[in-house]
Amino acid sequence: MSLAKPAMRGLLGKRLRFHLPIAFTLSLVAAAAFKFTVTEPRKQAYADFYKQYDAVKEFNAMKEAGIFESVRPSGE
Amino acid sequence: MLLRCLTAGRVGSLLARRATAALSTSSARMASHSHEVSESIDMSQPMYWDRLDTPLPDRPYKDVLTAADKSLKQKEKGPWTQLTKEEKIALYRLMFCQTYPEMKQPTAEWKTVMGGIFIFIGITGLVVLWQTYYVYPAHPRTFDKEWQAQQVKRMLDMRINPVEGFSAKWDYEKGQWK
Repeated sequence: MSLAKPAMRGLLGKRLRFHLPIAFTLSLVAAAAFKFTVTEPRKQAYADFYKQYDAVKEFNAMKEAGIFESVRPSGE
Repeated sequence: MLLRCLTAGRVGSLLARRATAALSTSSARMASHSHEVSESIDMSQPMYWDRLDTPLPDRPYKDVLTAADKSLKQKEKGPWTQLTKEEKIALYRLMFCQTYPEMKQPTAEWKTVMGGIFIFIGITGLVVLWQTYYVYPAHPRTFDKEWQAQQVKRMLDMRINPVEGFSAKWDYEKGQWK
């Protein structure tokens, strides 16, 4: 009826040695995943949008739609 | 097997923290009632409890000992290596009612809790349903379908979020959603 003496010391150290590498690895993985699934595609989307962007054409389209207060559509 | 060891003590242990709490003693209650419905605990005496977080109660479980128990307690004063396994267990049971594994046995309380939660959420749902018909005022005009459609058209005209968001999903050449 005699059990082995349980570990009395070094409990925090043991826990940290186990959990800290995992924590750092998972954090880096999360950051990398976010970078490559969100920020890089977003940067590319903006680059593609502005490659073919004609500001004057867009302005005229918006003007004709009548949303501006300083310049009205050409009909009025 | 579930040992019921002073379940009143379980409630009483919550009050045991307030050591100076003056609760009515049984004698005062007896004066106002002709008979006692439930037994009240004398909070001025040391109490026994089975609690996971407070291991050592104020008194042993069994304080009135038979002659056999007393002789066992005498033997306990000597070297413990001379105690047999059964005697050690008997001494434990004199001091404590339940062991930790017995205390940790799962109860069916969660079913009551979940059932109560769902019942009250259901009653709340009925109350909210009644409110939508009898309490709430009419919708503002901004909730009408026509108003919402005009809103969407204005957002597209203003080119809201044209890169990745709202207007990016509208095909301006064809005049339809992509």
